[in-house]
Amino acid sequence: MSAELFIDWMSLASLVLLALALLLSLARIIIGPTLSDRVLALDLLTVVAMGFIGAIAVRTGLTLYLDIAIALALLGFLATVALARYILLRAQRGENA
Amino acid sequence: MLHSLALYVGGIVLLAGSLFVLMAAIGVLRLPDLYTRMHAASKAGAVGGGLLLLAVAVLGQDAAIAVRAVIGIVFLLLTTPLSAHLLARASYLAGYKPGSETVADDIAINAEQNSANK
Repeated sequence: MSAELFIDWMSLASLVLLALALLLSLARIIIGPTLSDRVLALDLLTVVAMGFIGAIAVRTGLTLYLDIAIALALLGFLATVALARYILLRAQRGENA
Repeated sequence: MLHSLALYVGGIVLLAGSLFVLMAAIGVLRLPDLYTRMHAASKAGAVGGGLLLLAVAVLGQDAAIAVRAVIGIVFLLLTTPLSAHLLARASYLAGYKPGSETVADDIAINAEQNSANK
């Protein structure tokens, strides 16, 4: 098997596995049961999307996608921090009310 | 020869990374409570994402791409533990208790000792 064909099959297999991971974390977002579980699954979803972008960059050879992956990692981190603060503030406000 | 060896290694790293991410997703779906799920997502997720970016660095065959991928890996390894810790602490203080199988609860022990010392 030539190296190019090998890369083709490997990137296809990893895209399938990442799609499965996407579906599983989507199921956790839907069934919850708490807000923190959903935030955690969203955080994992960002990592899965980064993996998707990496695999597609390998398949197409367009490595410009890598910049988008780094921006997505930053966005996911900021979203998780903001949602964690929201969970904390919501709990404190609930105690005071 | 060395060129095609790098391609084979990169393909295997790509597959290993996506397997790690899949394991993280299975853990998030199957584990019993929030804190054990967090353990799956933050460890296996970070390693899986890092391996996928490493595969892009190996397969890119270009120094500029490799540097960008390594920046992405470093960023992922710095921020994933941080966000997991923030989320775990916020959830604990907001009153989400660990599941009944959990035996160690250091925040509760510390809080008891602090109130006893006062």
